[in-house]
Amino acid sequence: MTEIRRRPLDLWQAVSIAIMLIYVLFLIIPLFSILKESVVTPDGEFSLQYFAKFFGEAYYLRTILNSFKQSLATTFFALLIGTPLAYLNSFFEIRGRSVMQILIVISSMSAPFVGAYSWILLLGRSGLITKFMWDVFRIEMPDIYGFGGVVLVLTLQLYPLVFMYVSGALKNIDNSLIEASQNLGVGPFKRFFQIIMPLSLTSILASAMLVFRRALADFGTPLLIGEGYRTFPVEIYKQYVGESSQNHSFAAAISVIAILITTIVFAVQKIASNKFSYKINALYSIERKKAKGLLNAVIHLYSYLVVLIGIMPQVYLIYCSFRKTNAFGNFVDGYSLDSYKRAWSFVRTALPNTLMIGGIAIATVVLLSILIAYLVVRRPNALNNIIDTTSMLPYIIPGSVVGIALVITFSSGPMILTGTIAIMIIAMCIRRIPYTIRSSVAILQQIPITTEEASISLGASKLKTFFKITTPMMASGIVSGAILSWVTILTELSASIMLYSAKSQTLTLSVYVFISRGTDGAACAVATILTAFTVLSLAIFMKVSGKRDIIL
Amino acid sequence: MSINITIKNAVKKYGDTVIIPDLSLEIKEGEFFTLLGPSGCGKTTLLRMIAGFNSIEGGDFYFNDTRINNLDPAKRNIGMVFQNYAIFPHMTVRGNVAYGLKNRKLPKEEIQARTDEFLKLVRMTEYADRMPERLSGGQQQRVALARALAIHPDVLLMDEPLSNLDAKLRVEMREVIREIQRNIGITTVYVTHDQEEAMAVSDRIAVMSGGVIQQVGTPRQLYQRPSNLFVATFIGHTNVLNGRLYRNGDESGILVSNAKIPMNNLDRNAGEQPVAVSIRPEEFVITDKGDGVLRGVVEHSTFLGLNTHYQVRLQTGEKIEIVQESSIDDTIATGAEVSLGIKTGKINVFAEGGAVSLIDGGVPS
Repeated sequence: MTEIRRRPLDLWQAVSIAIMLIYVLFLIIPLFSILKESVVTPDGEFSLQYFAKFFGEAYYLRTILNSFKQSLATTFFALLIGTPLAYLNSFFEIRGRSVMQILIVISSMSAPFVGAYSWILLLGRSGLITKFMWDVFRIEMPDIYGFGGVVLVLTLQLYPLVFMYVSGALKNIDNSLIEASQNLGVGPFKRFFQIIMPLSLTSILASAMLVFRRALADFGTPLLIGEGYRTFPVEIYKQYVGESSQNHSFAAAISVIAILITTIVFAVQKIASNKFSYKINALYSIERKKAKGLLNAVIHLYSYLVVLIGIMPQVYLIYCSFRKTNAFGNFVDGYSLDSYKRAWSFVRTALPNTLMIGGIAIATVVLLSILIAYLVVRRPNALNNIIDTTSMLPYIIPGSVVGIALVITFSSGPMILTGTIAIMIIAMCIRRIPYTIRSSVAILQQIPITTEEASISLGASKLKTFFKITTPMMASGIVSGAILSWVTILTELSASIMLYSAKSQTLTLSVYVFISRGTDGAACAVATILTAFTVLSLAIFMKVSGKRDIIL
Repeated sequence: MSINITIKNAVKKYGDTVIIPDLSLEIKEGEFFTLLGPSGCGKTTLLRMIAGFNSIEGGDFYFNDTRINNLDPAKRNIGMVFQNYAIFPHMTVRGNVAYGLKNRKLPKEEIQARTDEFLKLVRMTEYADRMPERLSGGQQQRVALARALAIHPDVLLMDEPLSNLDAKLRVEMREVIREIQRNIGITTVYVTHDQEEAMAVSDRIAVMSGGVIQQVGTPRQLYQRPSNLFVATFIGHTNVLNGRLYRNGDESGILVSNAKIPMNNLDRNAGEQPVAVSIRPEEFVITDKGDGVLRGVVEHSTFLGLNTHYQVRLQTGEKIEIVQESSIDDTIATGAEVSLGIKTGKINVFAEGGAVSLIDGGVPS
């Protein structure tokens, strides 16, 4: 009798090892470097002095307190605004609903600091509204700088997340549940609290947690509009870049503390979401009704007002980009394209940089995500489980910490990458990859394994099956996810601000640089270009995915 | 080219859980062989071991004389049809059927010709350029069949191919499958939990339970002479009555429900003992003359057109189901006392516990 042996070498094991090495090099080692930096003095001795300093001085402790205060307030207001908007939008006919939804998405997609900047132009010391109110009514507008301003900007930036999550949940409530409760004699008021609220609670909580984490890690907004209101991401940056004195070790120590805090928040979120999750799916979504009379007017007024205020910062920046400026870049009466001309010298390098960094990062993220999803779903083993867990690490690492960790690791030693475009790309990959992996895993789990087995039984090798069957089937879902990642990469600030050099300037960084130089017109012009790219990307996303709702 | 499949002492384990303890089987060349059993009996596991998608923890699998235990599934030359069709959604019908041929690097003309041939065979020619999402379940299954057969496989494996179809289509498709299999003459292993489907398509059936083959035989053998009580109850409907085997000189028979029923086909070597008697609903005869062996009261009747089903409570309290051909005006009223005859040549008797048949000999296949 003859026997035919299978080849012992498995290509996928090589892929696993390669991916693990990538993670070790660009994630594990940088994290250890930052940990080491935080406990080693310049003389090379072990010391907890930086942690002692942080916890010993009220000023530093207050940055954490401030961060939590800002996040809690933002979460509260985002829920307060976003939840009713989602309910109204799901249960009642609102004119121009689809336009409204797109505007909501766009307002969530800009970089938060750009929103902060626009609000300064509107409500700041010499802001448009501030001046108008003083000149015309002699009313002094409340101070936009500090806690209030930060919460205002973050709330308007993040309420769309609540809106999108809750709308998504309401869409999954089957109309028959409403009909059943009607049938059982429950009125509309009771029904809302007994049926609809509990069923959408999971999503409300999920969105609240997301808003909280985003607000906690946000860096640009408090930096710009916070003034004396210091939060820990800002403190990390200040310590690191050091206007007065640099202190890398202290920045590293705060980073370690920041990771611990975000880990706790993440763990709480995990526990909460496991506890309150229902699986619901609607055959027929709830039908929207037309409200009558006063109710109708209130619904429309509320919805339009929220959406308009949310989109106003971006619209105002676009308007400002066409205003005439003086030699210092400050606005004067009249209109011109001067700001664009002035911005051009930056945009000329920043635009190709942005496209290159974003493009390469997205391609890398997509490739790695597909491979990792395949390993995790189809070939679970010890190594691949470790990869799965490791790949989720960036979830809990704030962007600015990613930046510092990379700088510390790659500014000396065998691999020097600081100041290069490569290090920017690496940072973007690290920041985005967990999201793409999650969605890739979800997509692959939906694909029955028999489809791949069919291919193998038809004589295709495993590798061929992966490229010819698995990848194309995953593609459409991943591409739409990738476009959303692309948008977030376009507007990323917190990691790139630690890493950029003149060579690797991006559009978002250009906006920041123009703002910090006080050249308002050019800042507006670049922000407008950025918005144009965002809108274009969203349009492509909607075309590709065929859907209107976006969950980041 | 068709082959025979030999399985010797196959073992399947998941961790410490043994799914198949020790299974041997011989599938003949060109045969339509079905693995039948309730869910979790190991039938799909065994099929996937043959296909190469499940690891083999012990034993030997042969295609003719070639041991295939370690052969890459892609090289086994197997045509496989899956429960969920597993049609590639991003390829046209033609693309699906041609996929296996392209992997074999056949010349373009031959791929075209063979694809056409098999699309015609499953009557899907007019849908050749459609995308799968625009096909019905039955059409997708036809494509899956054409795709599996186009590569001229040595073996055709089918894993519950009809269970996702509606009842009417299921009957239609099983005729299609049977006809095509017969025309091509390919060795086919078919997995199903539907005993009627198995009976309709198979040359031979292996009834499985708990990872163990209970009986291998033709549909007729399984129905008429089941080798144990599990097979008797799993294939078709049956009434199981507890009784006793008696011997009285030359005469032997069974005692059930206070009645003495002589039989002439009991195993000569079986002594007096408690037994389980399997009597199918159609093996009772209701007589109005009072000359039956058992007595009972009709509790309920259901008229189903061709047949009428009666639920009868015997004197000893046991409830049985009886099927009689319906005739004009003769439905027996609920509460009526009836006398029951038994077609003793057809019934089956098992030793207590049901593992061993006490009937002498079987029926020819």
